[in-house]
Amino acid sequence: MSGYLVAAFLVLTLSALLCLWRVGRGPTAPDRTVAIDILGTLVVGVTSLFALMTGQDFYMNIAIAWALISFVGTIALAKYLEGKPFDE
Amino acid sequence: MNETLGGILIGVGLLFDLFGCIGLARLPDIYNRLQAGTKCVTLGTCMILIGSAVYAGFGPLAVKAVLCMVFLLLTSPVAAHAVARGAYRSGVRLWPGSVVDRYAEKAGPSVPGDPAARDRSAKEPSDDA
Repeated sequence: MSGYLVAAFLVLTLSALLCLWRVGRGPTAPDRTVAIDILGTLVVGVTSLFALMTGQDFYMNIAIAWALISFVGTIALAKYLEGKPFDE
Repeated sequence: MNETLGGILIGVGLLFDLFGCIGLARLPDIYNRLQAGTKCVTLGTCMILIGSAVYAGFGPLAVKAVLCMVFLLLTSPVAAHAVARGAYRSGVRLWPGSVVDRYAEKAGPSVPGDPAARDRSAKEPSDDA
């Protein structure tokens, strides 16, 4: 199982590198926003595998908090792109 | 048995994540990237979470993984929808190969992202109101 988890981390690292390439390259601001949102979702998967590898279940708390806070950040960026104040 | 099933679920989820990120890097415009990235990566991460829950068996880790999956399924489509709307309103054009633009058909012939047109359409009462 250990080697399998190392391969899983490598696949997720490759995915995260593709996202980071889009963050750096992306011609418009919404491209970067989408890439950052997807990077947050990938981090949830990494944290879940880390909980499985170490057997410590509190890493899943980090995953839950990360999912919710990433959502708030993406909504704030989308409102900013739309050109509206945040309370509308 | 549980280990095998959890490993298979985690492997399929990893493949979905990888293909979603390849789509994010390769597709031509923001709307295509959004639909490739968001759907594939949400499904892939949910499968990784289910695989973790199955692998670990019933316990705190499995309960938290299912809770995290529910939050992800609730928040990810809302975020993608908001980003697509924000991108359209901020004037990002569709890829020239796109064949249909339902949002422009519904909102009328005004130029998307043009502030004057947006003010005009906001002042006039719409037909279906």
